[in-house]
Amino acid sequence: MEMTAAEVFFQQVVNGLSNGMIIALIALGYTMVYGIVELINWAHGDLFMLGAFFALTLVGIFGVTEASGMGATGTIVVLLFSSALFCGTFNYAVDWVAYRPLRKAPKLTLLVTAIGISFIFVNIGLFWGGLPMEVFGGGNSAAAPKDFPPLVPAQALFGNEEKVHVSVRDGLVFGVTVPLMIALWWLVRHTKLGTAMRAVAQNPTAASLMGINVDRVIGATFFIGGALGGFASVVYSLYNNTISFQMGFRAGMDAFTAAVLGGIGSLPGAVLGGLLIGLTRSMSDQYLETQWTNTIVFAILILILVFRPSGLLGLRAKEKV
Amino acid sequence: MSSEAPNPTGDRALAPEAGAWRGTPRPWLADLILLAIAMLVPIVDVASGGLGLIAPAKSIFIFAIVALGLNVVTGFTGLLHLGIAAFMAIGVYAFAILTNESYPFRLSFWPALFLTLPIGAIAGFVLGSPTLGLRGDYLAIVTLGFGEIVQDVLRNVETVTQGTQGINPVAKPFVPWFVAAEDGTRTFAWTRISVAGDLAWYILLLLILIGVVVFVRNLERSRIGRAWMSVREDELASKAMGIPPVRTKMSAFATGAALAAFAGGLWASTLDSTGEPANYDFQVSILALCIVIVGGMGSVTGVLVGAVVMVGANDIVLDRLTQFIQQQKLVSDANVLGSPNNWKYMLFGLALVFMMRFKPDGLVSRKGSGSRTGGRA
Repeated sequence: MEMTAAEVFFQQVVNGLSNGMIIALIALGYTMVYGIVELINWAHGDLFMLGAFFALTLVGIFGVTEASGMGATGTIVVLLFSSALFCGTFNYAVDWVAYRPLRKAPKLTLLVTAIGISFIFVNIGLFWGGLPMEVFGGGNSAAAPKDFPPLVPAQALFGNEEKVHVSVRDGLVFGVTVPLMIALWWLVRHTKLGTAMRAVAQNPTAASLMGINVDRVIGATFFIGGALGGFASVVYSLYNNTISFQMGFRAGMDAFTAAVLGGIGSLPGAVLGGLLIGLTRSMSDQYLETQWTNTIVFAILILILVFRPSGLLGLRAKEKV
Repeated sequence: MSSEAPNPTGDRALAPEAGAWRGTPRPWLADLILLAIAMLVPIVDVASGGLGLIAPAKSIFIFAIVALGLNVVTGFTGLLHLGIAAFMAIGVYAFAILTNESYPFRLSFWPALFLTLPIGAIAGFVLGSPTLGLRGDYLAIVTLGFGEIVQDVLRNVETVTQGTQGINPVAKPFVPWFVAAEDGTRTFAWTRISVAGDLAWYILLLLILIGVVVFVRNLERSRIGRAWMSVREDELASKAMGIPPVRTKMSAFATGAALAAFAGGLWASTLDSTGEPANYDFQVSILALCIVIVGGMGSVTGVLVGAVVMVGANDIVLDRLTQFIQQQKLVSDANVLGSPNNWKYMLFGLALVFMMRFKPDGLVSRKGSGSRTGGRA
């Protein structure tokens, strides 16, 4: 059955929103860290990639490879939370080891360090893919993309499967990302830690004079941002069924563009930017040629940085001198 | 950065501290030592029956030129540039299109090579003019995005660039060299260097690199070079002294792009092909950045040392180790850890992280030894 032009469009809207929510979840990690230490955490995309490899390792250990009722549901919950814990802890540890000693160094020193960390992560991902486990292809070709088992069926949740529909996978994406975003908003707005985070973002010196342990707050930010990347990695893997050690760069650039588009430092901005980038990607894939999609995303990134560096929702003043 | 005087402009000053333009006390001495080594290498190589050092040296020389270009932007002017490979790619493709038979220009080697300089400068100008007012980290991202866009365009506009096939053959230089005559004797005559002519390439590239080093060293001491460094040290103060920051940054950007494109032209000619666009990806930009950072930001000698260390490690040491391990069957081929070539990302990553943490000045500090305490406050 052929889909009409309108149906194709609406299906692409659904796909774009789902991908956009995943991008938004990663973008939140960028924007939180940037808001607090003004570091473009380059390695965040690659941390996301490591989260997916961690999840695939767990899948291999559990031996669950098919969507089968409660078993799969339980596995997915375990995957989500353990990957989040892994990424959060890893991000926290990297902050401790690599970024904390450079807290007072020039900002670009920190950025170059983050680029270095990102390369180290990519290499860890390459080695990880060489593990002699069946899920990694028996360790025969470390660099090859890995199949992530389809634990979530692609069938329709709402709508006609051959026409416009929202699949169970789309449901999973929204079911995981929306509660996480609400939880994050609540944490930042209504908890003591969130208040401390906003204070440090505004003025670290004043915050520390008010008795806030700045290093601990920054560490917590890295942990939470990393954990969101971990959740995103599992959702991404279940949605797309393929992971590769090189996917962090692409995902990271999409998410960073989303964060910049929405206004870096702004949480609602990151979500808005993620959705817009997701929609842009799916529309470009559909109506232009796929090979130009990345170019369009990068062009958006450059245009926003040049003409409206504060993004759509950002209010950040110009650089402090 | 010393702890008592934190840099107020923080963001663009990767290597702050004033008065750096004087350089090391005798910069030429270090350069001459490097030159002597560069002249000894082929002699030792040939005399010992071929250690295989000459062929990989070509990429050391070419990446030294790319990195000297990046050094103008990042080292002298203090702007983090993450897309230098794009300008190299522009030079590669410009050179190929200017010389390949299927395009209307059909220039020979030297005119095409020197045309890559203005082409690169114009490309740098096009990217730089709207973006150089941006703050440091945003500028870095813009250069990265530009690098990716150039790669995509080269891959996708197949009617012009042949897509992933690349353009070949391209022009090769016409130089006096030994030619084997029919009776087996060798005469000295004008001839074209082939891809396999490693020794001839070595000498030619070394001579060109010497020219570039002399050019950059003179530029460093010129009015514009001092303006670059004053913008790096303190943009506000230099503006107050009458140096227009955006125009100064623009000239650095265009110069860096021109040098990278020039190196790209040489690269295409040594390969006799453009290769595919993915050969000029983010990793290549980071290789150039590693050369500048490991060698010592803002130091010409440092960049040369950095090129030997980084490209040498990347192209010679890791490759040799990989071959050795495979021949000796030390580990099974399937073992991903056992192949040193699989450690390349780690090499770059660790180089950046450790240099930033412990020796942000690089191996060859542009201020001479003992004047810095390190980059930590």
